[in-house]
Amino acid sequence: MTVTELVSFEDALASYDPVMGLEVHVELGTKTKMFCGCATVVGADANTQTCPVCLGLPGALPVVNATGVESAVRIGLALNCTIADWCRFARKNYFYPDMPKNFQTSQYDEPIAFQGYLDVELEDGEVFRVEIERAHMEEDTGKSTHIGGATGRIHGASHSLLDYNRAGIPLIEIVTKPITGAGARAPEVARAYVSELRELIRALGVSEARMERGQMRCDVNLSLRPHGTETFGTRSETKNVNSLRSVERAVRSEIQRHAMVLAAGEKIVQETRHFYEDTGTTTPGRRKEEAEDYRYFPEPDLVPVAPAREWVEKLRGNLPELPRVRRGRLREEWGISAHEMQSVLNAGALDPVTATIGAGAEPAAARKWWMGELARRANEQGVELAELPITPDQVARVAALVAEGALNDKLARQVIEGVLAGEGGPDEVVERRGLKIVSDEGALGAAVDEAIAANPAVAEKIRGGKVAAAGALVGAVMKATRGQADAARARQLILERLGVSG
Amino acid sequence: MSSELTRLTAAALAARIAAGETSAVEAAEAHLARIEAVDEKVHAFLHVDREGALAQAREVDARRAAGEELGPLAGVPLALKDIFTTKGVPTTCGSRILEGWLPPYDATVTRKLRAAGIVVLGKSNMDEFAMGSSTENSAYGPTGNPWDLTRIPGGSGGGSAAALASFQAPLAIGTDTGGSIRQPAAVTGTVGVKPTYGGVSRYGMIAFSSSLDQGGPCARTVLDTALLHEAIAGHDPLDSTSIDAPVPPVVEAARNGSVAGLRVGVVKQLSGEGYQDGVMQRFGEAVELLRELGAEVTEVDCPSFTKALAAYYLIAPSECSSNLARFDGLRYGLRTGDDGSRSAEEVTSLTRAAGFGAEVKRRIMLGTYALSSGYYDAYYGSAQKVRTLISRDFEAAFGRVDVLVSPTAPTTAFPIGERVDDPVAMYLADLCTIPANLAGNAAMSLPCGLAPEDGLPVGLQIIAPAMADDRLYRVGAAVEAAFQARWGHPILEEAPAL
Repeated sequence: MTVTELVSFEDALASYDPVMGLEVHVELGTKTKMFCGCATVVGADANTQTCPVCLGLPGALPVVNATGVESAVRIGLALNCTIADWCRFARKNYFYPDMPKNFQTSQYDEPIAFQGYLDVELEDGEVFRVEIERAHMEEDTGKSTHIGGATGRIHGASHSLLDYNRAGIPLIEIVTKPITGAGARAPEVARAYVSELRELIRALGVSEARMERGQMRCDVNLSLRPHGTETFGTRSETKNVNSLRSVERAVRSEIQRHAMVLAAGEKIVQETRHFYEDTGTTTPGRRKEEAEDYRYFPEPDLVPVAPAREWVEKLRGNLPELPRVRRGRLREEWGISAHEMQSVLNAGALDPVTATIGAGAEPAAARKWWMGELARRANEQGVELAELPITPDQVARVAALVAEGALNDKLARQVIEGVLAGEGGPDEVVERRGLKIVSDEGALGAAVDEAIAANPAVAEKIRGGKVAAAGALVGAVMKATRGQADAARARQLILERLGVSG
Repeated sequence: MSSELTRLTAAALAARIAAGETSAVEAAEAHLARIEAVDEKVHAFLHVDREGALAQAREVDARRAAGEELGPLAGVPLALKDIFTTKGVPTTCGSRILEGWLPPYDATVTRKLRAAGIVVLGKSNMDEFAMGSSTENSAYGPTGNPWDLTRIPGGSGGGSAAALASFQAPLAIGTDTGGSIRQPAAVTGTVGVKPTYGGVSRYGMIAFSSSLDQGGPCARTVLDTALLHEAIAGHDPLDSTSIDAPVPPVVEAARNGSVAGLRVGVVKQLSGEGYQDGVMQRFGEAVELLRELGAEVTEVDCPSFTKALAAYYLIAPSECSSNLARFDGLRYGLRTGDDGSRSAEEVTSLTRAAGFGAEVKRRIMLGTYALSSGYYDAYYGSAQKVRTLISRDFEAAFGRVDVLVSPTAPTTAFPIGERVDDPVAMYLADLCTIPANLAGNAAMSLPCGLAPEDGLPVGLQIIAPAMADDRLYRVGAAVEAAFQARWGHPILEEAPAL
C-alpha cells in the first residue's frame, strides 16, 4: 500500500463533488411481527417471541401484517412517493445463521412506494430537497451474539448465541436517489436528512425511531467525482451508522478517505465499510467481488399487495401535520428565530416544550426550563429529555408557580430536582421541602432585624448613605432564610428600617 | 371380520362405524394388523403411529358414545404423506436431513383430519422432499407397487398410493407439485385428485415448489376421494395463497356422476411418441366410453403444453433452491461435523452434503443457477412466460369444453431401478400432469383398465378449470361406474394377493 497523505476536508472539496446515497431501515412499532402473530416487545427473554413461522420451521407460511402495509403506505405518502397499485414481496436469498429461512422476505423491483422527496432544513434555514428512490417492506433478522472473541465480533469467537425474537419484525427500507450538489454541506445534509426522516417517522407514529436502540439504522453510500464531471465515481457503503452525529462524521471521513486514495492515483474499491464510533473512521468490510448474488425472485408464499386507491387517498387525507410544517407554525407561534428553533430541535425539546405550552406555560418559560435546567440534567445522566422522570404538566406547574411569584428561579430548580428525585409533583415537593418564597412580612421583617443587628458596621454605612452596602445585608437575609426570601422585598425593608430611601 | 374391514371403501366403513356395527378402534386395529402383515414387503409407511392411531380411534368411539354428531369419515383410518407436519410425530419428508425431527405443530391438513375424526395410522413414504416420480428417491428406501413389488408405485406419493392399493388404508393424503398424487394413482389403480391451487391449505406442508405444491385426497373410489377432499379443503388464514371461497360441491358431484351433454376435450399434445401402446389403447377406450355415456368429445389443441416440462424444471428447482435453504443443521434435524473446530458455514455445508440425496442436490443446483444474476431472465423469466402461455391454452380450451382428458402418465409402472440413472426419463413420467400444476387447475386420475402388454393399471386424467373441482367428480363417478359395470368389480380385485 502506498503511503498517502491525509487530505483535509476543505482540500477534498476543492477538487471533488461528493455524491451520497442513504439507505435507512426503520423498525416499525407494530404489536406483531410482519408475517406472523408473535409479539415484538423489546427486551423479552431470548427466543420467547417466536413461532413456527418466524423460526422458519418446515411447512410454516407467512401472512402479511396489514398494519405493516398501512405504515409503509403512510411513510410513502409522507415522503411524497407514488404508491404502487400492485406490488409483490421477493425473496432475498443468502445464508446466515440469524436468518431462519436463509432468505429474507423483502421487496425487490416492485417496492410499495417510489419516486418521492423529502425537504430538509439546514442549520441556516436553507431547504435542501432529497429525492427518494423507493421505500419497501421487509423483515428483520434475528440477533447473533458472538461469545469468546475479544471484540464481540465473529472473528475469534468460540461460539455464537442466536435470538430470533427480532426475526420477522417489520422493517421499512427507505433509499434516496444519489444526492448531488451538496458540496461541502454533504455531511450536514446527510445528518439533516436522517434527522428529518426520524421526525417524520415519529410524527406518523409508526415507530419510535430510536437510533440507539436500532429502531432506525443508516447505511451511507459515498463517492467522489471531480468538479465538472458527470459520471459517478466508485462508491463505498458504510454500514450501520447509528446516530445523527455518526452519519455526519461518516460522510466527512469517507470524503477525506476517498480524496486521499484518489489523490494518490489509486482506485476506490467498491466495498462495504464498518464505521467506528470512537475514531469516527471506517475500515474495509466485504468487497464487491465477494458480494453475494441474492437470486431475488417473487415470493410465491404471499399474494401481491394491491392497495386500493380510495384507501390510499383516505390515508393521505389522515396524515398528521408533517414535522417541517409543524416546526414553521410553532416557530411563528413562539416568536423565535430559525436558529433558536434549531437549538430546540437539537436538544430533542420540541415535543416536551410543545406539551408544556399545551399545559398552560408561556412559550418562553417552557423553552427556558427544557432547554436550560432540564437539558443540563438530561445531559448529565446521558438520557434524552423525554426520558427524564418529569412530565410537561409538571414543568408547566413549576412555570406557573414562578409566574405567580410563589417561587423564584433558584427555588424552582430545587422543585425540579425534587420531582426528578421522585419526591412527587411540584406542589408536593414545595410542601415537603418547604420551598415557598418568604414574603410573609413578619418572618421576613424578623430576618431583616436580625441581619441589621448582627452587622452594625454595615448598617452604619447604609445609614450614612452608602445604599450599595445593602447587598451584604440582603445576602445575610437570604442565607438566614435559606434562599426562600423575596430578595427585592428584603432590600426594601432594610432600607426602610435604616431610614434611607432606595 | 377384521380382514374384511380393510377391503371396505371409506364410505362403507364409515357407515358401519356410524351404525355401531363396528368401532373405530376395530377399524384401526384391522388396518394396523394389515400393515403388520404386508408393509414389510410394500414399505408404504415410514412411521406407523400405532398408539396415536388407537388413541384417536378411542376418542372417536367415545365421542360417538356420548352422542356427538361426527363427520362422514369419522373413525376411518388414513395414511398421511410424510410431508405434512404432525405434532410430536416424526416428519422426515423422506429425507435424512429431517431424521429425528419432531414438529412442534400440526399442519392445517393434519388438524382438519383430526377434527373430522379421521384416524392417522402413520406417515407414508415419498420421494425426498417430493422430488421424484417413483419413490426411489426416499432416503429410507423405495416402496413397492402392490401390483408387482419389483415395480415403482409412482412418486412422489408412492407410499400413499401403495397403502391404498395394498389395503393398508382406505384413505390417504398426497401432495401434487407436478403429478405426485395423480401419477402414483395411475400406476397403482387408485384415485387421486390435485385440487385447484389454493383449495387445500399448504400450512404445515413442507414446501418443495410453493407456487405449484398442492395437497389433495387419495382413495380407492371417486366417492371416498370426494369425502376426503371435503374434509381437508377450505380457506385457511394461515396460508395466504389459500382461496377464500366455498369448497366446490365435490361430494354431491361424486354421488351424481354424469357426463350427458358434457363437452370433453382430448388434449392433442398429450399423446404420441413415448406413450406406451397399452396406455393409449385404454385411454382410447375411456374416450369412447365417455362418448357412449353422452359426452360430446372433441380434440383440443394446447400448443404450449410441449414446453411445460422444460418450464417446470426451471420453476420448481428455482423455488426449491430457496425453500430448502432453511435446512442448515443449525436449528433442527440432522447436524453433521459439529466437532467444535468447525465454523457454522462448514457445519451447514457438511450437513447438507450428508443430509440431501442426489436428486435434491441436483434440483437445488439447477434452481440456484436458474435464479443467478445474468441467467434469471433467460431461465426463470422465460419459464414464467411459458407458464402464462400454458394458462392461456387452458383458458382457450375451457372456452370450448368443460373438461380436458388425457392419459395420466405415458407408461405403466416401470421396474424399480430402471430410470434412476436417467433423470430425464424419470421426469417424462410427469409429462401429462405438469400443465395443470403450472396453471393451477384441478385434476384427477382414476383407473381406466390394465395395459394388455403388462397387465398393469392405466390412469385416465381429467382436468377441470380452477374452482370447478366438482366437475372432476361428476365425470369421474360416471366413468368409474361404467367401467366397474363393464369389469364386474373394482379394478383392485385384479391385483395379486400379497
